[in-house]
Amino acid sequence: MKLNNKRPYPVLSVAALIVLAILLIILEMNRNSFGMAVSILQKSAILAIVAVSMNLLNGFTGLFSLGQAGFMAIGAYVTAIFSIPTETIDSVYYTGGLAPWLKAMKVGLDVLPASLQIILGILAGGLVAAIFAALIGIPVLRLKSDYLAIATLGFSEIIRAIISSPQMDRITNGSYGLKNIPGFALGLDFLPAGIGTLLVPFSVAGLCIGFMVLVIRSSYGRAFMAIREDGVAAEAMGINLLKHKEISFIISSFFTAVAGGLLAMFMRSIEARTFQISLTYDILLIVVIGGLGSVTGSVLSAFLVTAAKEWWLRFFDTPLVIGGVTIPLFRTGFRMVIFSLLLMAVVLFFRRGLMGNREFAWADLLSWPRRLAKTTPTGPKTGKGGKKNG
Amino acid sequence: MADQNPVPVLELKDITMQFGGVVAVDNLSLQVHQGEIVALIGPNGAGKTTAFNVVTGVYAPTNGQVQFKGQPIAENYPRGKMEKLYAGQNKGAYTATICPTPDLITKKGIARTFQNIRLFKNMTVFENVLIAKHMNMKAGFFSAAFHLNNREEDQMREESLKLLEMVNLLDLKDEIANNLPYGKQRRLEIARALATSPDLLLLDEPAAGMNPQETEALTAFIRQIKKDFNLTILMIEHHMNLVMDISDRIYVIDFGKMIAAGTPEHVQNDPAVIAAYLGVDE
Repeated sequence: MKLNNKRPYPVLSVAALIVLAILLIILEMNRNSFGMAVSILQKSAILAIVAVSMNLLNGFTGLFSLGQAGFMAIGAYVTAIFSIPTETIDSVYYTGGLAPWLKAMKVGLDVLPASLQIILGILAGGLVAAIFAALIGIPVLRLKSDYLAIATLGFSEIIRAIISSPQMDRITNGSYGLKNIPGFALGLDFLPAGIGTLLVPFSVAGLCIGFMVLVIRSSYGRAFMAIREDGVAAEAMGINLLKHKEISFIISSFFTAVAGGLLAMFMRSIEARTFQISLTYDILLIVVIGGLGSVTGSVLSAFLVTAAKEWWLRFFDTPLVIGGVTIPLFRTGFRMVIFSLLLMAVVLFFRRGLMGNREFAWADLLSWPRRLAKTTPTGPKTGKGGKKNG
Repeated sequence: MADQNPVPVLELKDITMQFGGVVAVDNLSLQVHQGEIVALIGPNGAGKTTAFNVVTGVYAPTNGQVQFKGQPIAENYPRGKMEKLYAGQNKGAYTATICPTPDLITKKGIARTFQNIRLFKNMTVFENVLIAKHMNMKAGFFSAAFHLNNREEDQMREESLKLLEMVNLLDLKDEIANNLPYGKQRRLEIARALATSPDLLLLDEPAAGMNPQETEALTAFIRQIKKDFNLTILMIEHHMNLVMDISDRIYVIDFGKMIAAGTPEHVQNDPAVIAAYLGVDE
């Protein structure tokens, strides 16, 4: 730990970032031949934002909240309304038409370039979600553990029900959903043509996750962790529980909604069904697999889980013929069986997730070969290497 | 009686705490003066910790008033459902309602420890102390999040290190709190309370579960911090050696009622106290 400052770790981090950026640009250039990889990476980056913001709430502040899908829905719908081009909006709302005040807002916003409208939409989505979080947080955050989970779960379902209700037809297009949402490369016209499909979600993810890491490392982050460790003691140390829980809840909801906005851009068309409870469970899965209380764990697991679920295991979905014999189990859907088995294995062998509550550190990675050589399974595997030192 | 300063640091006036039909603390009045060490003793279930919880804002009293340095910090009277149920005394003597949350009490300068240690177990010794500095932070959320308050943050860290040095825990600062031996955990809990810069320290059974040597070390430690930090101390304790050794005055309560008060010698020979602790011949 103490030697860290003298080692070239910051240089390594910068180098890794540059390599990542170059890889992303190469992938972007050749995205026609790497279609699957590109879309998996896009989705992973988006889910990484949600996973980290869920971890901020569940892993760092110890608030077991399951409202993610609801906040993502808010972000997605606000972003969609802002970003669907005004020329085509009437064809999207072909049943009842867009509410006049929204139409007026969109016409007014058309003085801005399209890309700025999208950015505004994403920010507005985050703000709306943050306001909702602040309001429902006042009653709900007084609840503990399971009760909080149920209350937030209920909120998420209410949001979904409201969005698809006929009364909201002229705002959310009810159960028809929204389409014609511009994608990452098409919508952001200030970027050179063709660039953006990967760079946009990755840089937004970098900004969002970077901010949350800063929060976690600040005095407020320590206060969050104190609340997680022992709320009664934290309160006796002068930490206002409700205020700090609210802050954590608001930040988490803001970034969840930002990710929801990106998801709308990724999917190009959204409907209320996209934001069912199962979406929250998918994210919870990522957070638990990555490790509650580990930002790098959440990011890592967002990529691993998404890639495994949607790409690497595709192999199991296609019929397999070996020497003229068709192996019976290989058919559509079998991939999910394997995926579930893998999850069970991970949970059994990594009780506290892949990363536990540790963070990635170069020192750990570099000393890995040495530790493997020693093969001391119970020895310095845990607790060593310090927490946050990249 | 150490100090005759007219305004006591802490004053409980007719505090009654009733849960449903059970009167846990019954019309308790006591005073703690500047620079005193006062002990609150009594058999198990006498209501000592409940009295602490009323002072620290965990419970709002059912009736009565708590004053800190002459200012009322908590006050209540039987209202609502309790109005009919109330079985205590002095009904109608208090008319205001002040029900602060524990963090506000801590900010006013009353720090506490807990009967069963409540450290932030998975955090380091240093972080445990550093957290207590958070409440006095002036930087807002965004300036803290973007680390624009470096000077303040450095100062918080420096003060924490200094405090750890004063309580002899500096060499353990990077240890995870849960891995400390029991005696050190107690010491850390007191250190963490001191980090909030209190005027009044409430210790809830600081020597619980300690052997005689550890108790002796704790006695010395309490004396030392009282001197170093210019503290007034109110404590609950069962170790009579410690209590008799260190206290300026003692309050004895049983079944929520005060049965004796005075100097250690006086209390030791009080027949009511002996009866409460040892029982009486019928």
